[in-house]
Amino acid sequence: MDCDKSKAGQCGDCESCGRCEKAHEGETLYTMLIYSENFAGILNQITAVFTRRQVNIESLNVCASSTPGVHKYTITCYCTEEMAKMLTKQIEKKIDVLQAHYFTDADIFILEACLIKVSTPLILDNKDVSRIVRMHGARIVEVNPTYSIIEKKGMTVDILSLFQQLNDLGVVLQFVRSGRIAVTKSTTERLDKYLEERLREKC
Amino acid sequence: MKEKITGAEALMRSLEAEGVDVLFGYPGGAIMPTYDALYDHRTTLHHILVRHEQGAAHAAQGYARVSGRVGVAIATSGPGAMNTITGIADAMIDSTPLVVICGQVGAAMLGTDAFQEVDVISVTQPISKWAFQIRKAEDVAWAVSRAFYIARSGRPGPVVLDFTKNAQTGMVDYEPARVDYIRSYKPVPVPTDDVIRQAAELINQSQRPLVLVGQGVELGNAREELCRFIEKANMPAGCTMLGLSALPSGHRLNMGMLGMHGNLAPNVMTNRCDLIIAVGMRFDDRVTGNLDTYARQAKVIHFDIDPSEINKNVRADVAVVGDCKQTLVRVTELLAEQKHTEWVDGFKPYRQEEEQKVILPAIQPSEGPLLMGEIVRRVSEATHDSAIMVTDVGQNQLFGCRYFRFSQGRSIVTSGGCGTMGFGLPAAIGATFGAPERTVCLFVGDGGLQMTIQELGTIMEQGAPVKIILLNNNFLGNVRQWQYMFFNKRYSFTPMLNPDYEGICRSYGIPSRTVTERAELDEAIRQMLDTPGPFLLQCGVKEEDNVLPMTPPGANVDEMLMEIK
Repeated sequence: MDCDKSKAGQCGDCESCGRCEKAHEGETLYTMLIYSENFAGILNQITAVFTRRQVNIESLNVCASSTPGVHKYTITCYCTEEMAKMLTKQIEKKIDVLQAHYFTDADIFILEACLIKVSTPLILDNKDVSRIVRMHGARIVEVNPTYSIIEKKGMTVDILSLFQQLNDLGVVLQFVRSGRIAVTKSTTERLDKYLEERLREKC
Repeated sequence: MKEKITGAEALMRSLEAEGVDVLFGYPGGAIMPTYDALYDHRTTLHHILVRHEQGAAHAAQGYARVSGRVGVAIATSGPGAMNTITGIADAMIDSTPLVVICGQVGAAMLGTDAFQEVDVISVTQPISKWAFQIRKAEDVAWAVSRAFYIARSGRPGPVVLDFTKNAQTGMVDYEPARVDYIRSYKPVPVPTDDVIRQAAELINQSQRPLVLVGQGVELGNAREELCRFIEKANMPAGCTMLGLSALPSGHRLNMGMLGMHGNLAPNVMTNRCDLIIAVGMRFDDRVTGNLDTYARQAKVIHFDIDPSEINKNVRADVAVVGDCKQTLVRVTELLAEQKHTEWVDGFKPYRQEEEQKVILPAIQPSEGPLLMGEIVRRVSEATHDSAIMVTDVGQNQLFGCRYFRFSQGRSIVTSGGCGTMGFGLPAAIGATFGAPERTVCLFVGDGGLQMTIQELGTIMEQGAPVKIILLNNNFLGNVRQWQYMFFNKRYSFTPMLNPDYEGICRSYGIPSRTVTERAELDEAIRQMLDTPGPFLLQCGVKEEDNVLPMTPPGANVDEMLMEIK
């Protein structure tokens, strides 16, 4: 599981590891923002497009959007821009998908979160733990004699750095990172525009 | 005025409201309430009982392809639904409008591994345009109308309705529904004037344009618009297999079929033209061969109704995304009249070369056993090139497509993208219902016929006038040809012991005849065509014949083999 970035590409298992840049040479991390009607089974249809094109989903978040009845999917994956275009077109082709667009990190505001469960006796023994937690701006949200819970919000690299450093100390019991959520930096709301346009066309 | 009826009855009324008059199906446990309702509607909804659900799906495809209407297939849950899968996948890749209705266990039992329960929605979602489970009777009218709207609009395709038993028996205050708008679905994009102008400019500047005609022209009912388009600028055209009847075979600008077993001239000229104008085709690998060397010298204009086809395989300089019935007209208005005489004449030497080396030996052999090519051409001539040709898959299909000639639209029914053996016989049955006034000729091999041979029962019962031309070579011929060419002549399980087909026909009461002599061929074809109703003409053909010319898989489009050494 552990991937030492200084030895990127040397572990010989880049494709399945996927945690250093070497595994994604020539590819970019794209964030796809997809909107669909709230029908059952659409997530299946969307993920099947990635599977067919042999693209791994790095993270996925689904929730209701600000528009009633519309669901928003935030999906990240490494691929070429050509592939990102193809994927979004094929996703948008699904009858109940309203829109699908891809973005680079520069085009969007991003948030991820993580929870790290650590052993309380071990962190009490190790003075580095509180320094690392404070350095990363993380919060300790639960402490009991057996375990403690650390919560951190931020970008992928910060979260992974926190986890890596704590893990190196051997105090981590569980680690979980949320899917990415993102909003666009654009000043126009494409979904609203689309829905208005469609309503006009209907009338 | 609302009326309380069952979900199954609501289905019948919804089908009638959609103008359905023929259904192909097979009853079973979970669809019984629907069949019970159908019994009362059997005069308006003509139900054809097939002998296997795969036959229902393919027959619905054949019906849809020749009529331009939505084909309807019905099956029960579990195995019934699963048997339609091949037809659904086939309709998806060949853009055929289909509504497949299958029974499902009651909603309360979903997910419990109940008797004959299969998760049909999950299975069919990736191979259908839309798949929906009707779980309550209230949803029937809406779901059926939405299904037909999706199946026939935009780029057509198959839709699956998974109809739970409780929804069939449940009572509903029925109100007809009419879906002709879906917020998230824009079936017909409209290109801007700018795009139209760019396309026209590229064509007007081109010295050596080549038009690639696909099935989209037929699906868009744009045959006349296409003719005016190519005639105005005098542009030579090649057709894809599914687009063969989109342009009359005898049109002076029709240079023949594209692709692996197509004609030499359009394939060679693909790599010499300066502009490719693709209309309603999707650059399948069987058309392009090696993409790295495909038409690299040419600019590309791609007319298609499906945005996801643009830049999928071949990058387009101008993409005209919309309905070709409109877009072709808009571009034609801006075209300068041109002659391109030298360019058009440049096709001649290649046509002559192919005529001498391949075509004449295939259709006018002077000795030896009967050849598939000559049989196809004789049947075409005997029907004055006006019949519907249905084929199975393999050499029968390739010879059929090479040597049958077309004068009317919607005249070719073949499994192009999927290459489904066993497609031919049921699809031909469907075609006789979709175009009852036309002659339907099926070319089928001994392999493919046996895959769905049970449909002879349907032909018997319905008296469906399918003219079956069985090209019997005692081999799985196309695989054998590839084994000969690419697998060191190791005929691994391609020779086949055949039954007595005339004996089978006798059992089904279908008139038949076997012909092996060239001298008898024309008279036998005449007998087949003159006999009312179905007829099976078994032709004993050369066992090891090869379809030529051929672009070997992965080779460059202009490197066609004219002979096999």
